[in-house]
Amino acid sequence: MNAFKLAASVAVMAWASAAHSAETLTMWYHGAGNEVESKIINQIITDFNGSQSDWKVELQSFPQAAYNDSVVAGALAGNLPDILDVDGPNMPNWAWAGYMQPLKIDETKIANFLPGTKGVWNGQLYSIGLWDAAVALVTRKSTLEELKLRTPTVDAPWTKDEFMAALDAAKASGKWEYALDLGTAWTGEWYPYAFSPFLQSFGGDIVDRSTYKTAEGALNGDAALAFGEWWQGLFKNGYAQATQDPADRDGGFAAGKYAFSWNGNWAALGALSAFEDTVFLPAPDFGNGPKIGAASWQFGVSANSKHPEGAAAFIEFALQDKYLADFSNGIGLIPATPTAAAMVDNYKEGGPLAVFADYSNKSGLVRPVTPGYLVQAKVFEKAAADIANGADVAATLDAAVDEINADIEKNNGYGH
Amino acid sequence: MASRFTVSNRTGWLMAGPAVLLIAGFVILPFLLAVGLSFTNQRLVSPNPTEFVGLANYNQLLDLALLTVEPLKDDAGQTVLKDGVPEYPPIRSLTRNNPDRPDLNGMREWFSFSSGGDARLVVLARDVVFMKAIVNTFTFVIVVAPVQAGLALCLALLINQRLKGINIFRAIYFMPVVVSIVVVSLLWRLIYDGQSGLLNNLLGTLSFGMIPPIDWLGNPSTALGSIIAMSIWQAVGFHMVIWLSGLQTISPTLYEAAAIEGASKWQVFRYITWPGLRNTAVLILIVITMQAFGLFAQIDVMTNGGPLDSTHTIVFQAIERGYGKQDISGGSTISVILFVIVLSISLIQRWLTREKS
Repeated sequence: MNAFKLAASVAVMAWASAAHSAETLTMWYHGAGNEVESKIINQIITDFNGSQSDWKVELQSFPQAAYNDSVVAGALAGNLPDILDVDGPNMPNWAWAGYMQPLKIDETKIANFLPGTKGVWNGQLYSIGLWDAAVALVTRKSTLEELKLRTPTVDAPWTKDEFMAALDAAKASGKWEYALDLGTAWTGEWYPYAFSPFLQSFGGDIVDRSTYKTAEGALNGDAALAFGEWWQGLFKNGYAQATQDPADRDGGFAAGKYAFSWNGNWAALGALSAFEDTVFLPAPDFGNGPKIGAASWQFGVSANSKHPEGAAAFIEFALQDKYLADFSNGIGLIPATPTAAAMVDNYKEGGPLAVFADYSNKSGLVRPVTPGYLVQAKVFEKAAADIANGADVAATLDAAVDEINADIEKNNGYGH
Repeated sequence: MASRFTVSNRTGWLMAGPAVLLIAGFVILPFLLAVGLSFTNQRLVSPNPTEFVGLANYNQLLDLALLTVEPLKDDAGQTVLKDGVPEYPPIRSLTRNNPDRPDLNGMREWFSFSSGGDARLVVLARDVVFMKAIVNTFTFVIVVAPVQAGLALCLALLINQRLKGINIFRAIYFMPVVVSIVVVSLLWRLIYDGQSGLLNNLLGTLSFGMIPPIDWLGNPSTALGSIIAMSIWQAVGFHMVIWLSGLQTISPTLYEAAAIEGASKWQVFRYITWPGLRNTAVLILIVITMQAFGLFAQIDVMTNGGPLDSTHTIVFQAIERGYGKQDISGGSTISVILFVIVLSISLIQRWLTREKS
């Protein structure tokens, strides 16, 4: 009898909790195929589902190369998940196109986040990143000593002249095949991400950020022309390669082919394991301060989500320092907060990669925050590649400006 | 009789049905959509409503203008010379924000030539990249069509013999065709590598280091040629098989008769083999031409249209614009232009190779 009562009450309780069943939230993520990344994101979801009974998050992972296409296709078919994962510079395009809605989370929770992790469009927060990425000038301490170069810091970076003198010294020594590895083998987003900050340090930009309605003057003004001439000179004068073997990009620095390498924090551990005395120098200052690209993958809420408050609750839950630290430990990214960084061996004070967080904080600049960035990035990539291959600088930049302006006009100003 | 006709007609439609539906759904309908979209400003992703824009997309792609440029004159009215040749003002100073010629705004120099005297005639295009893509595509077709067809015929003649193990040779020649073009392109990117590529190593060894390494895909003057050579190699086996099937339909009695008559090898080829292959030749020419106009995968994998636009092609442009830059109307316009080009060339080929009665 007692046994029966117990069974009955268990059954009733089970029924009760089923009646109060959690609403399902779907989530898309770009990291399919990466085991470590999948493990961390799955851990966050399990923890979140266990921590409350209102929401249940279900994950669907896509390979990174197919992710953006899947979201566009999903949006056209009216079939987006509640929680979206978005690459920082793409966010304004998706927000403008109506795929995403503003993210309602407690502002105080992200007060100490790195600036590049906050996806703000039209004055509203749409997405937030658990990490950021940064680029540095990778070289060896022994190289600096051998070439008798001053070690730059983010507060006193190399000037253009110092940087060119360093390349000259490396080239003159004859010890390396090329003085500088820029990563020209990585076509695609790498060009605007890694090279447009040079242009911004010269004082130019891909588009005029005061209005976002034209590129005239920003991409073909005096500063941009100076950038173009300098950029072309890197290749014409034999400091760097306009076309690079992808294998050299991956292993060239470790093989001693290059004195300096312009590369991201994700490649830093590899460089450190090749040479113990690897150092990560800040970007040179070409007149307007050192600049590097900011913003990586971030989380946001899709526009047609029926439960934006649930999606926001999950994102807020994921912003805990321990998860930030997990991602950093797992895949080497820069944790978004200093407190999380302190929990990661590589990024804690005095850690081998701690400088990256500093560079991201002090010289990180997000790519133009406009829905037109998608096209502008491609136009900039083509212009940079053409100039590297010897095209006329002024004519190429003018053509790029014309194409960007025509696109902005065709889109009625992209809502700016 | 009538009922039998309708019954077999129904069976016929039933058999053709799946193919007709698929072709209608995936070829004809998208094509009609493309024609429609090319007159609008449709975007892949946009909250803005689609508007009818007439021929603006065609104008943007195809607009050309001719400009006569006089050399720079100094204050005394003398032509300024630089290294012994007259110096000209930069074209951008004439096209950009020029109050006299607002119609030239946004146009760029495509090419220029001397018109006798000091003045230079400059051909301006509103979309120079697309013009280069058209020229590159035509270059590709004009080289690939005859060379690939000719090589395939030679191979077909070679393997059309009763020898031991001839099937091995047939398989070897045919192998590149069954490998995905993306894989082939990746492999050839390694072969063409500027420093340690197979081709450079081979040339270096054969010439005892006399030939320096060439950056085949990174140099504007060799990039398109490299892609042409690789494309010919990749698809030659396919056309070889078609030639071979043509060769095997020629009646052996004709060859026997020729042997009895004492015809030379050349005479046999000229008067028996070649006339017997006439229909095959027409087919192969049209197929190669149509395939060559669709050049895309090699470009996408190997060069992305670079360096300096030397390998941009029409189809690559259509996809780059329509999908990469989210400009569906621009991409559709390019597809329609390509359709008109291929259709006219096929009609011309049909007319040239018609049965003369």
